[in-house]
Amino acid sequence: MSAYKIQEHEYDMIVVGAGGSGLRATFGLAAKGLKTVCITKVFPTRSHTVAAQGGISAALGNMGEDDWRYHYYDTIKGSDWLGDQDAIEYMCKEAPAAIIELEHYGLPFSRTEEGKIYQRPFGGMTTKYGEGPPAQRTCAAADRTGHAMLHTLYQQSLAHDAQFMIEYFALDLIWDAEGVCRGVLALDMAEGTLHLFRGHGVVLATGGYGRAFFSATSAHTCTGDGGGLVLRSGLALQDMEFVQFHPTGIYGAGCLITEGVRGEGGILRNSSGERFMERYAPHYKDLASRDVVSRSMTIEIREGRGVGEHHDHLLLDLTHLGPEVIHEKLPGIAESARIFANVDVTRQPIPVLPTVHYNMGGIPTNYHGEVVQRVGGNPDHVVPGLYAIGEAACVSVHGGNRLGSNSLLDLVVFGRAVANRCAETIKPGALHKQLPASACDKALANLDKLRNANGSSPTAEIRLNMQRTMQADAAVFRTAKTLTEGCQKMAKVFSSFEDVKVSDRSLVWNSDLIETYELQNLLYNAVATINSAEQRKESRGAHAREDFPERDDENWQKHTLVKVDESGKSSFDFRPVHMFTLTDEVAVVPPAKRVY
Amino acid sequence: MSDSDAELKRLRWRCRRGTRELDQLFGWWLDERHAAASAELRRGFAGLLEQQDPEIWDWLLGRGTPPDAGQAAVIDEIRTRHRV
Repeated sequence: MSAYKIQEHEYDMIVVGAGGSGLRATFGLAAKGLKTVCITKVFPTRSHTVAAQGGISAALGNMGEDDWRYHYYDTIKGSDWLGDQDAIEYMCKEAPAAIIELEHYGLPFSRTEEGKIYQRPFGGMTTKYGEGPPAQRTCAAADRTGHAMLHTLYQQSLAHDAQFMIEYFALDLIWDAEGVCRGVLALDMAEGTLHLFRGHGVVLATGGYGRAFFSATSAHTCTGDGGGLVLRSGLALQDMEFVQFHPTGIYGAGCLITEGVRGEGGILRNSSGERFMERYAPHYKDLASRDVVSRSMTIEIREGRGVGEHHDHLLLDLTHLGPEVIHEKLPGIAESARIFANVDVTRQPIPVLPTVHYNMGGIPTNYHGEVVQRVGGNPDHVVPGLYAIGEAACVSVHGGNRLGSNSLLDLVVFGRAVANRCAETIKPGALHKQLPASACDKALANLDKLRNANGSSPTAEIRLNMQRTMQADAAVFRTAKTLTEGCQKMAKVFSSFEDVKVSDRSLVWNSDLIETYELQNLLYNAVATINSAEQRKESRGAHAREDFPERDDENWQKHTLVKVDESGKSSFDFRPVHMFTLTDEVAVVPPAKRVY
Repeated sequence: MSDSDAELKRLRWRCRRGTRELDQLFGWWLDERHAAASAELRRGFAGLLEQQDPEIWDWLLGRGTPPDAGQAAVIDEIRTRHRV
């Protein structure tokens, strides 16, 4: 192995990722007096959070009656009773304070005429425990909520003297002999130098892994790096079979048409022009939750009522709204449709298809953001020194299915929670224990192997094979046959990584090498996902099995834990769903049939 | 490795944006136009990559133009190509 020179840096806390959750944690940790560094592979305001246009949920009640307990109920129902009810209570109760905090930090929320924060309806958000009218619970900064949030939190982080290492790629987690996470080995992409960041805790805020699929709304940067780091450290991820498809990705392009379009009155139609959602969700129709809409669309297509030459997509109709409403309430939608679908939305419907959008599964944590594993009889064993938040994590507040506008809420609530927890448990400036001399050996061996990889399959070719396999066999509809075949195909794709070819041998701006690392992370996530889907023999939330169409609470109301070893082999364990609350302010919601 | 190789590699990484939409549009310009582009256009492209995603998106939609002529010319090329 080549000798690599490593520069060491000591901090109290290390955050990996600078999207909404990473920035909220970085700012919070720094504000609590902890010396904090944020390592990010892209500039903070270019994180994928920028794409979250729709908004952030909180029961402020600005537009009519609302209560955080309604939000709690909706989130549990949306999760199809796989969400942990203590964590959901925490998130929904903390939501109003988290929003007001963002307002004070300068996030420019849209306003009502009386000057209150404007709130719009979103799918799955209701009042009176599902008995009342749709809730208007989603706050937005026009169509720039995600960007405004990133900008606000980045400024706050800088104001509190947090350090940023921008365009640094996290290669591996560094552990001590006792199994405590002690830091991160990272590559400075511009200089080609290696850096060991030592800390008393590492917060993974690395986002989702949408790029494991062929049709995804995610930016190129969403490669599940945190999940990859955790699996390669021999730890388990949770509920990876739960992948949310956004009902309205533009056909052929993947670009997203926000759910706000249906909130403002957009209607889905099939080949005969029928508003088919009336049949599947008589009460909430096009505003039913995402998995219900995606599955209904898939049934329409499978039963031959799709549109287009191949009858393989559907139409989102806005023409009845009129140009004024479209341009005032939904700026940007008309232009997106024109560029990526060549459609004038005032006169023509938009061709749409369910597209991978969000990963409910991820790194298991408690509601403090501490990573947990099952160890012996304890399903809630805390892994010392390791934290995870945002889409990378599985708290689990989204369970089997996330509600729109609950993700931005998840980012800020748990970014804040992890900072509060670390302020209680970590002393600023505490001395760093000596690391074993071999602490970086495994990470360096992987670097050396990938840098010099001289096989016959280019990174892009293996990535495409993975994406096609996941799209074909791990998408909305799943059966034993397709999943078993898919697992075998993914095992082959995983093995083909041994034969990867990296052409660029340098370390400076080597996107070939970085994409190969990202592919390695994606492959671990993909294998975890398709094998988890194969073993869960029920339908729940976004996980719909044709051969097991019903939810089976007796056998399957539990979290899947999956490990993936170096040969790509998966192994399973389970954690119970938390069917308890933190306080008596709200009651446990027992499982019920999920109808909208 | 020459300086221009490193520069091209840096640009390729900076084409990584927050949204899939901009990934696609900037990736197209780098792949299809960069090699034959004038020095002014290349400077414009490098400058555009430093801007904020929502600003770039607005320019691509014709809501205003970037103050820099080179940046505006690249925006025009993308708009023309994609019939915005």
